Amino acid sequence: MLEARGLSIGHGRIPIGAGLDVAIQPGEILCLLGPNGCGKTTLFRTLMGLLPALDGTVLLGGKPITAQTRAEIARVIAYVPQAHAPPFPFEAQEVVLMGRTARLGAFAQPSASDRAAARAAMDRLGIGELARRDYSRLSGGQRQLVLIARALAQDTQLIVMDEPTASLDFGNQAQVLAQIETLAREAGTGGRGVILSTHDPDQAFALNARVLLMSRGGVLADGAAAEVLTDTTLSAVYDLPVTVETTPSGRRVCLPSLRQSAPTMTSDALTMA
Amino acid sequence: MGRGTTADVSLPRPGLTWTGMLALVLVALAFGAVMIGPYGLTPGQVFSALLGQGDRQAQIVVWNIRLPRVGAALLVGAALAAAGATYQALFRNPLVSPDILGVSAGAGLGAVAGIFLSLPVAAIQASAFVGGMAAVGVVMLVGAMVRHTDRTLTLVLLGVVVGALAGAATSLLKVMADPYDQLPAITFWLLGSLASITTRDILPALPMVLVGLLPLALLRWRINVLSLGDEEARALGIEAGRTRLVVIAAATLITASVTALAGVVGWVGLVIPHIARMLVGPGFGRLLPASALIGAGYLLVVDTLARTIAAVEVPLGVLTAVIGAPFLVWLLARGRRGWS
Repeated sequence: MLEARGLSIGHGRIPIGAGLDVAIQPGEILCLLGPNGCGKTTLFRTLMGLLPALDGTVLLGGKPITAQTRAEIARVIAYVPQAHAPPFPFEAQEVVLMGRTARLGAFAQPSASDRAAARAAMDRLGIGELARRDYSRLSGGQRQLVLIARALAQDTQLIVMDEPTASLDFGNQAQVLAQIETLAREAGTGGRGVILSTHDPDQAFALNARVLLMSRGGVLADGAAAEVLTDTTLSAVYDLPVTVETTPSGRRVCLPSLRQSAPTMTSDALTMA
Repeated sequence: MGRGTTADVSLPRPGLTWTGMLALVLVALAFGAVMIGPYGLTPGQVFSALLGQGDRQAQIVVWNIRLPRVGAALLVGAALAAAGATYQALFRNPLVSPDILGVSAGAGLGAVAGIFLSLPVAAIQASAFVGGMAAVGVVMLVGAMVRHTDRTLTLVLLGVVVGALAGAATSLLKVMADPYDQLPAITFWLLGSLASITTRDILPALPMVLVGLLPLALLRWRINVLSLGDEEARALGIEAGRTRLVVIAAATLITASVTALAGVVGWVGLVIPHIARMLVGPGFGRLLPASALIGAGYLLVVDTLARTIAAVEVPLGVLTAVIGAPFLVWLLARGRRGWS
């Protein structure tokens, strides 16, 4: 569905990543992992055609993304940005309704069926009661769910999420992850593709996702979480000793070592302990 | 929760009732403004004059003096508030006013140059209009050439630059102008006034304001989406750059047209959209008509004050600042509702 070959990404002329191969199919969850500044967001923006690729092509539905209009792209890919506060107090349902934009003519207004789709998306995520609330005054977790509802209302085969759990508390993180899993593996629809970035490798295990491990602008490894996320790869990417262990329930978790990390960090960690 | 059923998908539209009420209030205000003045009229006299009957002198006052002035105040107020609401949505900032891209500074320079060259009134207005459009044109042109990731910020900064340059040129012309004849005219124009307005002045501005309002009304949903920022708007399926260009051109046409007519009238485009947003919310489909109606009523009241509170005409810009500035402080003090 979405496929990129030999992609060079970056702002302006200086590439921050080169030779990237990315592909995703319906029903698949692709988890982007890598340290800060490794180019995850830049890769996202390039994959959605928001930023031109410096080299290589992005194919969406077999056609180069640069040959498609924003509306055509938005009918296939929905984008869930990090929860933000808009400058104006839109109602949550208005924000969700904006997901229908790509299906409206240039001068058209959302119709009753668009409103129904927005309402259904909110109900599905269990946030129907937020509909009339001021979006700018919702909590970070609620905003994130509203943005996911907007992506649902957009009704696309592919959803791209930029650190969907970054600003969320423990409970909301689990809730959002559960929703991501349902969205991708929903029976009947054939499933959606979900690409997300995260700083927590445990989430890749929890979602049973395919992992694209990035480091300094390159792809270090691409494959199932259980294969890609090992003591060796994680230690190399994050530059500190990491061990992957299996809990009695069978789920894998990553445990960074606080003791043997870089010298400056060690003293801090010890003081805090 | 029982709310998610398809039965109640049509949202309540409080905006429509507000718009209707505002329109009624506006008609009443306009009628009152026609009555008020040095030659006071009764409601009955106004009615008969409007129907072309009764007292000859009342008819002349109503048709030749009051109505052009009331019409101009309504037009200028509606236009500035509508443009202000547009620019605020587009630049995602509630403190933006219509002159953000230098349209007032450009129009000011155009008019001052016209006065300096002792051109006739119509030519001064045309010069102001061209100056306003040219200033924004330069901003957009240079903005397209500058490579910068944040397009909005680039435009705002270029607006400041062009505004400063136009302001400097205006100052130079003021220094060189005839202090007894031209300088008072320049000063008065830069503070805004409808004192010498005639129907002939309004006629060229009216169609241009309407032409500018049309794309804003048609693109009202897309303007909402644009207020989320370029990147998100594009991800939601909008060609952000192209749409923004159309919207800026439309809002600039509106502002330049009425600035050429009335001079530089500040604060209306900044403050009125706030009030409108408090009443009908930020949805642009409701915000645009509400802003236009409130702006029209506001400038009508201010202009009626301007021509009645003192023996001489008080410049509009003075009154709008005296009323607008404390109002903005009050908005700040009462909290964030309506703008964030």
